[in-house]
Amino acid sequence: MLMEIERIKGLNFHKKQDVAIVGAGITTFKRRLNETGKELSYYAVKQALEEAGLGIEDIEMVVMGSAPDAFDGLHMKGEYLLDGSGGSDRPYMRVFVGGGTGVFAPIAGYWHVASGLADVCLVVCEEKMSSCHPHPQSAFKYIWDPILDRPLQPNLIWIFALEMRRYMHVNNIKHEDIALVSVKNKANALDHPAAQLAERITVEDVLNSEPMALPVRRLDVSPPSDGASALIMVAPHIARQLTDDPVWVAGVGWALDTTWWTNRDLYFPRYVAEAARMAYKMAHITEPRKEIDVAEPYDPFDYKELHHMEGLGLARKGEAPILTREGVTARDGDLPTCPSGGLLGVGNPIAATMGVKVAELYWQLAYRAGKRQVAKEVTRGVAQAWGDLMQVGTVVVLSNKR
Amino acid sequence: MAVGKKDISCPPYVKGREIKAEDIKEGKVTYWEHHPDIRYSFTAGQAISRFLKGLKEGKLLATKCDHCGRIMFPPRMFCELCFRPVDEWCEVKDTGVVETFSVSYIDPDAKPLEEPVIVAVISVDGASPKMGFMHILGEVDPDDVYIGMKVKAVWKSESEREGSVTDIKYWKPLEG
Repeated sequence: MLMEIERIKGLNFHKKQDVAIVGAGITTFKRRLNETGKELSYYAVKQALEEAGLGIEDIEMVVMGSAPDAFDGLHMKGEYLLDGSGGSDRPYMRVFVGGGTGVFAPIAGYWHVASGLADVCLVVCEEKMSSCHPHPQSAFKYIWDPILDRPLQPNLIWIFALEMRRYMHVNNIKHEDIALVSVKNKANALDHPAAQLAERITVEDVLNSEPMALPVRRLDVSPPSDGASALIMVAPHIARQLTDDPVWVAGVGWALDTTWWTNRDLYFPRYVAEAARMAYKMAHITEPRKEIDVAEPYDPFDYKELHHMEGLGLARKGEAPILTREGVTARDGDLPTCPSGGLLGVGNPIAATMGVKVAELYWQLAYRAGKRQVAKEVTRGVAQAWGDLMQVGTVVVLSNKR
Repeated sequence: MAVGKKDISCPPYVKGREIKAEDIKEGKVTYWEHHPDIRYSFTAGQAISRFLKGLKEGKLLATKCDHCGRIMFPPRMFCELCFRPVDEWCEVKDTGVVETFSVSYIDPDAKPLEEPVIVAVISVDGASPKMGFMHILGEVDPDDVYIGMKVKAVWKSESEREGSVTDIKYWKPLEG
């Protein structure tokens, strides 16, 4: 090696300008919506523009996040969605890292503004999973290695089940403790107008629900959904004209681990830890458990919230279930986690979950989350997503202090 | 046209009209169906071709990187950590340890299975630690499977083998 390269990115990071979030939008999340992806994107964008007090002519560049084309049955989905996303006649790009897209798209929006290339960037995320008939699971068949995996007739849930079992085994965690996450998030979602599966359930309901791929049962899993969300990211001089209290992007991080997923120990998400290290370094956070006030870790499965809290350094390895049991992660707890209701409660339109991760964090830090507003005073929060073959970590740290 | 940020609790409303499966059946919504028929033939590549040939001969092949010392399974042509070509091929054993497992009641389309399938990540003896791969367990009750269980491959007969991961029927508990 010719030169020493900083292994943890974010330390020697130079930006042209700070980046603020001034508006967000979300559609309802449902198993099947009548609207097309373009129409859903349009609704989400209009709402974000309305909140920011901007018109589409004020938008300089657009980032679109959308997951596999196979759901929509439409290749070049980015181009298909362009008009609904307000992307025509301006620089427009689509980004995609599987389930991690919902936090990766705002990271890409951040590059646009932090680099100085744009002062106003619109980030739109859309997913229309219901087009894939009769069940979107059929599209997930094609993420597996065609030669090594597909002959075994795998279902996507397998990888989660294998990871969940390993996590439970290494840390000696009971399913009862994991089920509490599903109970919490589905109840939190009762206060979210977009929610698909908001309900009051018990730990017993989760443990007695239909077995899918054990240890995973029906109520451990978030539902497939249709939906869209949008965010508006601007430079400081624009933010100042629009509002007295913008929310700032304090740090971003992303990392991928090897595709040879059976060669990794699945009990700990290294890729999330790496991405978090980058984002925290940028945000000058050294003790995340003390310095983060509210968290939106990715929760497509109940154990995933816990797994990701540990990857994000919000809990020690194996400690996240204890914090959950003690109520620390409840909306009125010391570290409110998934106050939105998360994917488990609000729904899982893959990329569009930006609306319950980064957008929710923005609403929480702007004190605009309404009935979902957490009890404690908040300054800094972290949102995270995860995807592909258990290998992508995407992390954004937001702060209401510059 | 910036008019300044509105002070609204968010999201102030949500749009989108839900439709149910019945609405489609009863023709209450307009939709268009398409069943594309796209076929693929995947090349197995340099490393996996040789690996599949090994399976046909009843052998599990791995590759070794002399730089990091890892014996990698499934085999690959380059070490993704050292980013250099592998140095040699070697055979690993057809026994291993269950690293994690699941009892699956669903098929690839999420349709229920009558008999559950037990899937596991098995780290193979003779390869470096944690060099697992995904396969099926058999001749064992789902309740008797545990992490750390020693297992052995059950091969198809020589004439039935075709150079596929399914040349191993499943892995069964290794007694004693």
